[in-house]
Amino acid sequence: MELLSHLSLGFGVATQGINLLYAFIGAMLGTLIGVLPGIGPVATIAMLLPTTYALQPVSALIMLAGIYYGAQYGGSTTSILLNMPGETSSAVTCLDGYQMARKGQAGAALSIAALGSFFAGTVATIMVATVAIPLSELALKFGPAEYFSLMILGLIGAVVLAHGSVLKAIAMIVLGLLLGLVGTDVNSGAARFAFGIPELTDGLGVVSVAMGLFGFAEIISNLESTEKRELVTSKVTGLWPTKAQFKVAWPASLRGTALGSVLGLLPGGGAMLASFASYALEKKVAKDPSQFGKGAIQGVAGPESANNAGAQTSFIPLLTLGIPENAVMALMVGAMTIHNIQPGPQVMTSNPALFWGLIASMWVGNLMLVVLNLPLIGMWIKLLKVPYRLLYPAILLFCAIGVYSINNAPFDVGQTAVFGLLGIVFLKLECEPAPLLLGFVLGPMMEENLRRAMLLSRGDPSVFFTRPISLAMLVMAGLLLLLIVAPAFRKKRDEAFTESE
Amino acid sequence: MAWIRHPKDFFAGLLFIAFGLAAIVIGSNYALGTAARMGPGYFPRILGILLIALGLALALRALKLNGPPVPAFKWRPLVIVLGSVALFGMMVNYAGVVVSTIFLIVAASAASHEFRWRESLIAGGALAALAVGVFVIGLKLQLPIWPAFI
Repeated sequence: MELLSHLSLGFGVATQGINLLYAFIGAMLGTLIGVLPGIGPVATIAMLLPTTYALQPVSALIMLAGIYYGAQYGGSTTSILLNMPGETSSAVTCLDGYQMARKGQAGAALSIAALGSFFAGTVATIMVATVAIPLSELALKFGPAEYFSLMILGLIGAVVLAHGSVLKAIAMIVLGLLLGLVGTDVNSGAARFAFGIPELTDGLGVVSVAMGLFGFAEIISNLESTEKRELVTSKVTGLWPTKAQFKVAWPASLRGTALGSVLGLLPGGGAMLASFASYALEKKVAKDPSQFGKGAIQGVAGPESANNAGAQTSFIPLLTLGIPENAVMALMVGAMTIHNIQPGPQVMTSNPALFWGLIASMWVGNLMLVVLNLPLIGMWIKLLKVPYRLLYPAILLFCAIGVYSINNAPFDVGQTAVFGLLGIVFLKLECEPAPLLLGFVLGPMMEENLRRAMLLSRGDPSVFFTRPISLAMLVMAGLLLLLIVAPAFRKKRDEAFTESE
Repeated sequence: MAWIRHPKDFFAGLLFIAFGLAAIVIGSNYALGTAARMGPGYFPRILGILLIALGLALALRALKLNGPPVPAFKWRPLVIVLGSVALFGMMVNYAGVVVSTIFLIVAASAASHEFRWRESLIAGGALAALAVGVFVIGLKLQLPIWPAFI
């Protein structure tokens, strides 16, 4: 079995002492920042990205993956205990998780979330490993025209399958693409949009953009509201769910895993779409749907499993095609580029230890989370009790030092502040920043592939429509756009994403 | 301005148009090249035009659709948070981690309506010690601990 030998190579890498340590540190730090109210995974990863710069590429990616899972889990913890989702994907967990906590079942909710996530993570890891090889082989056949069309499809998909105004989201993508072009043009060596500032000729930093738009903007908007948050319970007793709870929870977790694994592959969706869809499904199949919103354990088990499975399988397009499908993956691209790894199908052959090591570490990271979180829940709760007025200046400090340390440049810190301002403006105008970050990372890649495709076709744009794979992808993108105009689909989409409000 | 029915979309549209125009105007110095051999100005030009078109569509649509008003900007947290962080970046290499950290913590804390002097000074001192321990000694970042002029 080829798969087994790959996986054993991967586990060999992932279980090296040093990598285990970084997976552990990553999961720990990720949870630590992730439980802070109002800080989602994108902000968490942006904040912690600089800590991985000095590591070996394999260790750095393993640690980042750990950070991601930790941030996800931390988000669930805040949802259950504070009714405050750190991110959209755990918004549905609030609905029943918080109600369970109010009934004194916080422990059961938290452990079901952890166990469900672990199960989902295990299944999704196997799925990533099996799909990776055939997809990479397919991707190696892609020429620049196919790649360009694939990116169009990915970006359109990311917009249609997310919530909010499509027109705005597309504009945000285009703005992101433009921002991605700042810096030296690789083909001509000309500096673009650099205004004669030497720091800008290297382009804008992905950490600055993400930290400003997500982290700083979130902190400022939290400061604007004066409402107080109540922690439901200061003591979590009875960590284990009862037998009866377990009996309804595990099938839900199974369904959530299946749903999440598939939806995670879709652009834009990933974890978020998966958890919303799973909640809707559980409500449909439940014997007594009226229990939902009042502390139904399926409402925690299903979405939590689904969002973890989705988080995992959303690595597939990144690892095999080199295309990030959501904001978190966009940051992963940034991290890989910093370590001089060009994400894409060639990684598997040119750097198999890294590729399979990362996949194996997904499972290891999930295991860490269970081992780490169940005993440490008491500590996270203590952290939640620290008042926000003490927390946010500390977060700002770590952000500032993190950004500064990338290049030892004051300019980078200022640049992050500018994106923080932009982030607040976007927030007020209800423009989601995630598509912008996607566009930002894809900008240079898209331009490069457009150029190559047009060079090969001697300037004939019909190349995108005459090559079958490229045409198929553009047609799919077109259909997705048409879909959004269709009133029936629009209604469904609005319903799907308003469940939590 | 009653004719703007959807202020959020309208101003978002204007913002996109402004970015698009900027891209085209600033990018007008870059060589366009041809479709087969694109110069550095080609793709930015396409994006600029696209962005203006999208912005226009958004702004025009905002004259027909109804929507909620843009929430007011609260300048205090905005200016204090971003300003203190930017100042931190500028001063840390001269004033050192300790002084800059205490400055950042106290200044940033003032953005909260629950600001307390004593508490934020204590927090600043504790975090300064932590920052020195973790970043300068632990992660060995190239940062001075104390001000350069002492």
